[in-house]
Order: sequence, then structure tokens, then C-alpha cells
Amino acid sequence: MDRRESLKSMILGSMAVGLTLESCVTETAPEVIEDKIWKYTYGRTPKEAAFDEDLLLDQFFEDQELQIIKTLANLILPPNEQGTIEQAGVVEFIEFMAKDVPEFQVKIRGGLMWMNGYCNTHYQATFVNCTEVQQKELLDKMAFPDMEAEEQVQEVQFFSLMRNLVLTGYFTSEVGIKELDYKGNMPNVWDGVPQDVLEAHGMSYDAEWLAKCLDPDTIGDMAQWDNEGNLIS
Amino acid sequence: MQIIESQKIYDVIIVGSGAGGGMATKVLADAGLKVAVMEAGPFFDPANPEQRTQLKWPYESPRRGAGTQRDFGEFDAAYGGWNIEGEPYNNIGDTKFDWFRSRMLGGRTNHWGRISLRFGPNDFKAKDRDGLGDNWPIGYEDVKPYYDKVDKLIGVFGSNEKRYNDPDGFFLPAPKPRLHELYYIKGAKKSNVDVIPSRLSILTKRINNDRGVCFFCGQCNRSCSVYADFSSGSCLIFPAQKNGGQVDLFVNSMVSEVTIDEHGKANGVKYINKEDRQQYTLKSKIVVLAASACSSARILLNSKSEKHPNGLGNSSGLIGKYLHDSTGTDRAIFVPELMNRKRYNEDGVGGLHVYSPWWLDNKKLDFPRGYHIEVWGGLGMPGYGTGFNPNDLNKHLGLTVGGYGNGLREDVKKFYGSVLGMSGRGESIARKENYCEIDPTTVDEFGIPVLRFNYSWSDFERKQAKHMHQTFEEIGHNMGGIVLGDAPGKDKDYGLLNPGRIIHEVGTTRMGSDPKTSVVNEFERLHDVDNVFVVDAGPFVSQADKNPTWTILALAWRTSDFIIEELKKQNL
Repeated sequence: MDRRESLKSMILGSMAVGLTLESCVTETAPEVIEDKIWKYTYGRTPKEAAFDEDLLLDQFFEDQELQIIKTLANLILPPNEQGTIEQAGVVEFIEFMAKDVPEFQVKIRGGLMWMNGYCNTHYQATFVNCTEVQQKELLDKMAFPDMEAEEQVQEVQFFSLMRNLVLTGYFTSEVGIKELDYKGNMPNVWDGVPQDVLEAHGMSYDAEWLAKCLDPDTIGDMAQWDNEGNLIS
Repeated sequence: MQIIESQKIYDVIIVGSGAGGGMATKVLADAGLKVAVMEAGPFFDPANPEQRTQLKWPYESPRRGAGTQRDFGEFDAAYGGWNIEGEPYNNIGDTKFDWFRSRMLGGRTNHWGRISLRFGPNDFKAKDRDGLGDNWPIGYEDVKPYYDKVDKLIGVFGSNEKRYNDPDGFFLPAPKPRLHELYYIKGAKKSNVDVIPSRLSILTKRINNDRGVCFFCGQCNRSCSVYADFSSGSCLIFPAQKNGGQVDLFVNSMVSEVTIDEHGKANGVKYINKEDRQQYTLKSKIVVLAASACSSARILLNSKSEKHPNGLGNSSGLIGKYLHDSTGTDRAIFVPELMNRKRYNEDGVGGLHVYSPWWLDNKKLDFPRGYHIEVWGGLGMPGYGTGFNPNDLNKHLGLTVGGYGNGLREDVKKFYGSVLGMSGRGESIARKENYCEIDPTTVDEFGIPVLRFNYSWSDFERKQAKHMHQTFEEIGHNMGGIVLGDAPGKDKDYGLLNPGRIIHEVGTTRMGSDPKTSVVNEFERLHDVDNVFVVDAGPFVSQADKNPTWTILALAWRTSDFIIEELKKQNL
């Protein structure tokens, strides 16, 4: 059974004991629930699950807005062999966050309109219909904060928000985590910083300190102490 | 609406299932008593796949771990937070007290930092040293045997260091420092700040066959599915049940008051079942409150009767008074040498592998009490926020900030793991003027009057926070780092976080020998009512620069032993 299958069976298994996400909204077609909701399997309280289900079944951005977000996201982080905006689910993530953090709504919707307004004025086309050269010309006006200013102008703030959401959406995705090369989130035994890393940083472990540290070979043994609190196993 | 009465009479009703309630449950049920445990939230077992968040990836959630639903991120195991819908609290004047509650079996122990520090001999007698606050009526020697037992029952790693006020114990072996922690040690040593292995209640070795050993995912705040960290449900309440104890769990049961008989003695509790929203009563011979310092104070203050017009156990008028939290302020350090780090699995245990216990003498300083320093950083699992402001640190390198395109991928990778942080957590002085009380203007959704808070910091705490930032800056420079941001000034109370933010609120039913100046005696028994005990942090006379949980556990065990002895002598 692959991971996705086993997760699904775990959820199906949970139906037997009567707690299921399906109970929250009954009118939804099963394939929609499968697609939009059942892929999320982390522990939720029933109230949280119902809230998330509402958000997942709702749509905030119009299709044309999602199109601009997609175009913009692909300019902020162009596809390469490591991963793409689409693989990372960045547009869906931004759509969700706009519902989860209502303060984002006007900022993003307004920012997208502002970009279209700019493009209409300067290029007689909406943002998605501009050439990449024109799109980048606009981005150059938005992407660099004025380091001397106390407060950034709207378009810089908007772009900064979008850049943050695009990057965090990407680097919390499966492809993004792989690209970042995060190695954890799995059972292992911590036995200190690898020797070559220590050397590269001019560091070493102090022998006296090491004597207080765990030995991976005896981690499964039952702990025993003498009366003074010295570990003797 | 009729109150639904239960006929069964328990030996003990325990209100709350966190550290204190869990320990009382374990000790009293093991002694053969019939115990009812009242919990305001749902049943929780971190091993239950439906409730488990451990080992989940951020992309397994639509919000990638953002803290919009749970304050510490949605994979955090606390059901609740600073604000709970339907259960408000208020602040008086310009007070900004933040109250964190976790409504679930095990309470806040499911997500806490597992920092398990004994109070030292000085901590119980601080007034002797500086004339401020009050001494505890008990000393370290009274609690030591229980600290020892807690170490062995629950498990805590650390090291014996022969430091007078950071007493040794029965420790499991410590995990080796991570790379950023080696940088911290380097900076701290140069600054003459002591550093020792941290002391966390996480099993780095087997202590019994019911609990698993740590597998180093670094996610103790998600509550461990193999029970390798200390969470009250998995380490105290389940074992008490498994041991054949007569433990009835009442979950989603919100206790509103302690009920009394015609002699003014407690005879049970009144509670609201959150599922059917009906009021119930439950009877017992003894009531043990462990609902958290402020919640227990609230229950007592709401338990008004002819015999106890100011609330149960409140003849002194001190319930709710002397509320105090640890002080706290934090700072981040960018270490250029940590850029472009080689990747390896650095999760380790959930939390710091090293820390600095208080290392100075307050007699030579302009503030009376100490603080410890916690360290954070490393190659942690990405979550919501990873990649935000991807190249802001470029300004320290003379490079461009902002932009777009695939250079951003390189920026995020370059800076990943290059920032570490320090958090100072210190002792404040308990003052009568800092308190919680019943707010007659507001009830929660169960019709129970809520709390309001009155709290301000004094110059003792402000000067301590100022010192923390000076220390952070010095250590930061000495490790070759760039201290981020400016030191917060006087206008910002030198960075002191709002009271309540460190979630060490204590002192609301304080302990003492004199019924006029304290609420409970040295066995956490109400002076006014001899069959009511408080085993959360309410009885703390002073909250040392240590985290309170280990002391809550030791005192709850001591009090439970006392209850058993009194029952044997038929004094209860």
C-alpha cells in the first residue's frame, strides 16, 4: 500500500468509530470531499475540521484573479528542474489563506486590481496579457523596498506579501522541502553534529560534556541510578 | 433547568487533568481511592491517529501549519489558546494580561516545552535574601524527596552539575548540542555565562515498558504518540487506569463551583456537560482543584455561600491575589558562518539541548531576581513562515534586498538555519496588586462568571529585561553573530512580554502558615475548608526563574500522600 492509500484507509478506518469529516457538510459530492478535504489528514477537533471544510468548499478569488496570482507566482519563482508553483500547490494555498486570514483579502484583491490598472494604463492590456518584458518592468517597480523609507508604498507591501506567500507555499510543499533539503521528520537517533560539519565550523565537542550525553547503543536499556543519582545503566 | 444529581459518591473529585491533576490522579488512584477526574475539554490521546499531528508534513494541511486556528501553529497539541470562543476574560484599565488555556485531557502538558527544573533552596526562601515578596513555608528539603520520585516516575534528561540552586536529580542522559547550540556555548563562554545540558522530561532511555523512547523528531509540542515526552494523559492518567485504578473521566465537563454541605465542608462539584449543556452535580468526600492557577481561583471565588460569602476558602480575601508570571523577552541573532550549511537531520528532541541557568549574584545588580536563557534555532522542519522576507538578511551583507526570480530559491537555501535565538525567562516579584477576580459584568457561554485581570510590571522586572538584552547582545557578538533589531527601550518596557505570555501564571491561592496572609497551608489544603486541596500552581508563593511544572508535580504528589495519610488516620 502506498502512503496515499494507507492514509486513505486510516481515514476510512476512522469512520467505523463514527468521527468523520463527512458529517460536517452533507450536501457535498463525494468526489469533491475526496479531492478537497480527505487529502488533509492531520489531527483536527471536530470544530476545526468543520471550519476547514467550510473554507475548502468556499471560493474567494474569481477565476481571473487566480489566473493573475498564478502568473505572478510563476514570475516570483519561475519553474525549474527542482519544482514548480503548480507542483507545490501555491495558488490553492494562497486561495486558502485568503479565507483563513481575512485581512489578506482586500490587500491581495486590491493589489491585483492595482496591477491590472497599471498595465491597462501603460501597456493597454491586463497583467496576464502583457508580455513578460512588460510584466517584469512592473515587477521591478514593486519588488525592491526603499531601505530608507519608514513605510513602504502599497505596491511594494502588496508584492512583499505575495512573495512571502509564494515562497512559504513553495518551501512547505513536498518539492520545496526536498529542494531545501530538510532531512528530518522521521524516526532516528540524534548522535550529534557530523564530524565533517564540526570541522568545517571549527567546532568540537568537549569531552566532559560528551560524558553526560546519551549513547545510541544503550538508548533502549532500562535506566537505573545509584542513590546519588548517577546513571548506572 | 433542573440540576442532574449523581448518586455515586467518590472519594476524590479532581478538577483538571494537567500536571497537578494527573499526578493526583495517579497517586490517589494507585492508593485505591475512587477518583473522578473533571476535564473541561475532550478526551485526547496522542497515539490516536485521528488526533495525532506528530510526523505530519506542512503540506498535509491546507494552511501549512499557520497559527490561525491554534496559536502555536496548527500542529501544536493545545486545544485552546489565548482566546477561546465562548469563554472570554477581561482586563482592568491598561492591563494586558494574556491567559492561555488548553481544553483537553492533559491540558497544557500536551504541548509545553518539557523544561523540567527543580526549584533550588534559595527559591523557596527568596525573601531571606532580598526582603521582597514572601518565603515559602516549606523548603527545598521538604520537596526534594518528591522531586526525586518525579524524576524516576516520569523521566527527565539532564546532568548533575553540583550547582547549589539548580539541584541535581535522577537524570537520563542528555542529547549532544546541535551546531547552533555550539555557537551559543562559544559566545556564552566568552561572556562568562554558564551553559549546561538542558533538563527536559523526554525519555532518552527507557524507564518502563509502557512508554516508548524518544525517536528525535523534535516535535514534543505535538504530544508524543509513543509517550516519550511527559504529557499528563499519556504518562499519568492512562497508567493510573491501566494499573486497575478506579478512575472515572468526565470530559467536556466544565466545573463551575465546589458544593458544600450544611457544615461548610465541600461535598462535591457542580459542572456543566458541554455536550448536552445541562448542569450536573457530582459528590465526593474530598475535592482537589487542579484547573490551573487562575481557573481554580475562579472556581473558588464562584463558590459563594452563606458560610463562605467571599468564595470558598477566601476568608483572607487573597484568592486571586499575588498572581504572577515569569518574565520573558527574546532576541534573534544572525550568524553569517551558519549560511549555506551542510544539511543533516538536526531535529533532536523537542526543544533546547543546552541552556544557561542563572549565573550571577543579584546583590551586585540593580534587579533582585534571576533569569535563565533558552536557545533556539537549527535546521528545523519548514512551516508557514519559512521563506518570508527571504533575503532581508542581505542588508547585513551589503547585498540587495527584495527582487523576484530564481535567485530567491538560493536566498532561502542560503539563510536556512543561520538564525538562532535566545529567550530570557526570569523571576518576577509577587505583589498583592496583581490579581484576577470575578468580573460581575460578564459570564461565559455556560453562564459562569468570568475572570478579569489587573497586572503591571515593576522596575524590578523592567531592569531584569534590560539586562537580558544586554546579555543577548554580548553573547551574540561573542559567537560571531549579528544581533537583529535594536534593543527595545524604556518605552517598550525593554521588551518585556505581556504578563501571562510565558504561561507560568502562579500564586492565586498562595501557600502559608498564617490563614490571614495565605489561602492554603503547606500541604496545599485550604485553611478554611479541610477537605479541599489545590494542586496546580496557585499555591506558589513565588515563581522562581525555573519552569513551574516539576514543582507542581512534586507538590501534587506530596499533597496526595498527605491526603492518603489523613484518610488512614480518618482525619478526612
